[in-house]
Amino acid sequence: MDYLSKLENQSIYIMREAFNKFEKLGMLWSIGKDSSVLLWLARKAFLGHVPIPLVHVDTSYKIPSMIEYRDRLVKEWNLQLIVGGNEAVLKEGRTFPNGKATRVECCGTLKKDALKAVLDKHKFNGVIVGVRRDEEPTRAKERYFSPRDKNMEWNVEDQPPELWDQFKTDFEKDAHIRIHPLLHWTELNIWEYVERENIPLIPLYYANEKGERFRSIGCYPCTFPIKSKASNVREIIEELRCTKTPERAGRAQDKESEDAFEKLRRDGYM
Amino acid sequence: MQQTFSNPTEQLKIVIVGHVDHGKSTFVGRLFNDTGSLPEGKLEQLKLIAERRGVPFEWANLMDALQSERDQNITIDTTQIWFQTKKRQYVIIDAPGHKEFLKNMVTGAANAEAALLLIDANEGVQEQSRRHGYLLNLLGIKQIAVLVNKMDLPNYSQARFDEIEKEYRAFLQSVGVIPKLFIPISAYHGDNIATLSEKMLWYKGPTVLQTLDEEFRVSQPQENLPLRFPIQDVYRFDERRILAGRVEAGSIKVGDKLIFSPTNKTSTVKTIERWNAQQSDSAATGESIGVTLTEQIFVERGAMAALETSPPYELSRFKARLFWLGRNAFKKGKTYKLKLATQEVECEIDTVEKIIDSSTLETITRAGSEVFIGRNEVAELRIRTKRPVAFDAISEIVPTGRFVIVDGFDVSGGGVILDDNYPRRTSDSLHKSDNIFWSHGKVTAQQREGRNNHKGCVVWLTGLSGAGKSTIASELERELFNQGKHVYVLDGDNMRHGLNSDLGFSHKDRTENIRRVGEVAKLFADAGVVVVTAFISPYRSDRDLVRKITPEGRFVEVFVNAPVEVCEQRDPKGLYAKARAGEIKEFTGISAPYEAPEKAELEIHTDKLTVPEAVGRIVEYLKQQDEDLSYSI
Ligand SMILES: Nc1nc2c(ncn2[C@@H]2O[C@H](COP(=O)(O)OP(=O)(O)OP(=O)(O)O)[C@@H](O)[C@H]2O)c(=O)[nH]1
Ligand SMILES: [Mg+2]
Repeated sequence: MDYLSKLENQSIYIMREAFNKFEKLGMLWSIGKDSSVLLWLARKAFLGHVPIPLVHVDTSYKIPSMIEYRDRLVKEWNLQLIVGGNEAVLKEGRTFPNGKATRVECCGTLKKDALKAVLDKHKFNGVIVGVRRDEEPTRAKERYFSPRDKNMEWNVEDQPPELWDQFKTDFEKDAHIRIHPLLHWTELNIWEYVERENIPLIPLYYANEKGERFRSIGCYPCTFPIKSKASNVREIIEELRCTKTPERAGRAQDKESEDAFEKLRRDGYM
Repeated sequence: MQQTFSNPTEQLKIVIVGHVDHGKSTFVGRLFNDTGSLPEGKLEQLKLIAERRGVPFEWANLMDALQSERDQNITIDTTQIWFQTKKRQYVIIDAPGHKEFLKNMVTGAANAEAALLLIDANEGVQEQSRRHGYLLNLLGIKQIAVLVNKMDLPNYSQARFDEIEKEYRAFLQSVGVIPKLFIPISAYHGDNIATLSEKMLWYKGPTVLQTLDEEFRVSQPQENLPLRFPIQDVYRFDERRILAGRVEAGSIKVGDKLIFSPTNKTSTVKTIERWNAQQSDSAATGESIGVTLTEQIFVERGAMAALETSPPYELSRFKARLFWLGRNAFKKGKTYKLKLATQEVECEIDTVEKIIDSSTLETITRAGSEVFIGRNEVAELRIRTKRPVAFDAISEIVPTGRFVIVDGFDVSGGGVILDDNYPRRTSDSLHKSDNIFWSHGKVTAQQREGRNNHKGCVVWLTGLSGAGKSTIASELERELFNQGKHVYVLDGDNMRHGLNSDLGFSHKDRTENIRRVGEVAKLFADAGVVVVTAFISPYRSDRDLVRKITPEGRFVEVFVNAPVEVCEQRDPKGLYAKARAGEIKEFTGISAPYEAPEKAELEIHTDKLTVPEAVGRIVEYLKQQDEDLSYSI
């Protein structure tokens, strides 16, 4: 079996475990390439169906074409969509673009707190998230089934052992489990798979006339495009094979301090 | 050494293990640096951070990403990081060396196909060097190279290197590991990692990088193994029932006749289901697929499909080698959850053969009578499960030859199943019970019998309708009760109202009816009760089955014999009349056979004896049986 198929089969196995083990299961959908691959793998796992509701945490600072793309797929692929957000903070304007919060604080309220609110509201005890180990160093330490306590905190110093595809599926009431079916994929693998499966993505990933494209997409005030001529999947794969800049280099919130991202993640950020 | 790469065709996962501080994370940092795999600016960033904090620069900080790890210069949790050579893509799994984090080391190593084991040239072989060596073997990792690190400290001395190699090679050999080679390196200075060191001219190579590419192979699933397809879930997204799962061994194709453990039901593969993939009528090891069957049978998660010709073992007791990672010890007498493939079942320790310190390899003896396996210890033992489990020995099929134990909410231990002359299943599912080991509580049947002063047994009355079974049963019950014995009558009608309400009167249902009555009667007997049943039970094979599942000497078959003419004359419920009139089909003695017992413990001719006489015979027989009762509680 070729290595992409190995990655794929492993992810399908994990999704099916999650679907079987959690009564209230949701799947985060950020509209980006990873969660689009995740969605594709769900259709593989469930043979064309997506029996898990998708949760989109909308910060209101998402690039408009992302929302269009989202709503189109919901219709075409017959998806159940739940949209979450932090109304209060938005109303008060306590956000980074308004100058009333740092980037990290903004991520904390608009994404992390909003996520907690949706999870609580829908009583999800399992959430599928498309993070990968190669994205950044704290994610490199993640488990496939990663418990969060009732405050959503991640006890990274004391993670459950994970061996032989036996995952943590027993946990205290009020806690929830993050399930990470893409953990073992790299950015390059994602693109190779997008190519092999012909998965539709938002056009922001492909270079425009100005010679710019996004490598990682978040909110527009904190995400910056890279210089690139790669205007299709093949060219992106070629570009990634040679690049030495990290994927999240265009994500400003990671850089506010040395351990900014670690702190966000310990507190429950995805 | 900036490189661009052609399309990688394979991926290999390597774990880095060894004693705390022997330089594992440093090695990985250096390997990345020396192969030009660091992201741009990363080295500068790490150097800057070290400077800002006023601490020496450490290569290990590339891997030790947590602030708590950097503060203490220690790896707490395992990390995975990717790099590529001309040959293939590598996943490097850095594992912690501190004993405290052994569960994280196991998590990292369990994912790997090969290992590099680091030993500090100054400190030499230490506790975790040995323990990790032992565990790698237990985890099934066969490709191992040993890196003797920090060679700069003993001035690149060949003598020191040889000394360590000799000692450690001997240890590995004693646990059954044959390392590919030993390489002297200095992780910190980059000696013999990507390029051959000039400070150790006595070492002719290969470098670590060459070793990775040339000595190690990507593991391929073993071919020609029997099919193992554990069911993960059953999907009903449309009108079809699709069995979802991953082929763990062998291959599966349309038309294969499958047998499912634990029900022993069989059916045939109708289709193999995938989405957006090339249509194919077969699936190989490792494929996550869906399967539909030609005959609809009841299958759920936890069932394991195999080819009829080569099913797994299905037993409630097996021998295993287990490592324990839990904070609380693994104790005899406590129940735990066992997970094997998709099966989950309650289990407990049956017997412990030996407990081993996996570093010194010494046998651990426990003071006191409590039996337990402590944290980080390894044991050879027998595990007993509540229900039979489908499994293979690890030497035969790996994915179905290993399991984990869950204590409370936590996966706390793992084990591999050792060979032990397990009985193979026969295709006759009804004889399955031979292989089921009884799960015992703390009170044995013997102790119960000792206290009751009589045996628990099944008095099975069989005979034609009207022969007098029910009359004898109720009289017998009263007589034994008056004598102070624990006795209970299992009544046919009562059983059919409750437990057996789903059954009719076809041959198949009658057999099932008797089988269930037999199972219930067996439980009563085990509980110390004299249980009396009064069923026609016309088929010899049905009665023999109950005899078979009841412990030796605890099944008393009583043939309540009266000629059919006598019975027809008595006809207390008017059934013979109806049968003669054709209103009841398949009536025993009239239109269906009665197979008389050939080896009944007692035969009672009710046309010749009175009811009290008949009861007296049975009471007398039971009394004799109780004479050898001399148990102590
Ligand atoms: N002199 C010398 N020091 C080294 C060498 N390799 C590593 N060290 C030092 O040894 C110390 C421990 O190194 P680490 O890489 O953190 O050790 P580790 O094996 O990853 O430790 P744990 O993961 O905590 O078990 C650091 O201070 C390193 O700089 C070497 O080749 N020579
Ligand atoms: Mg380390």
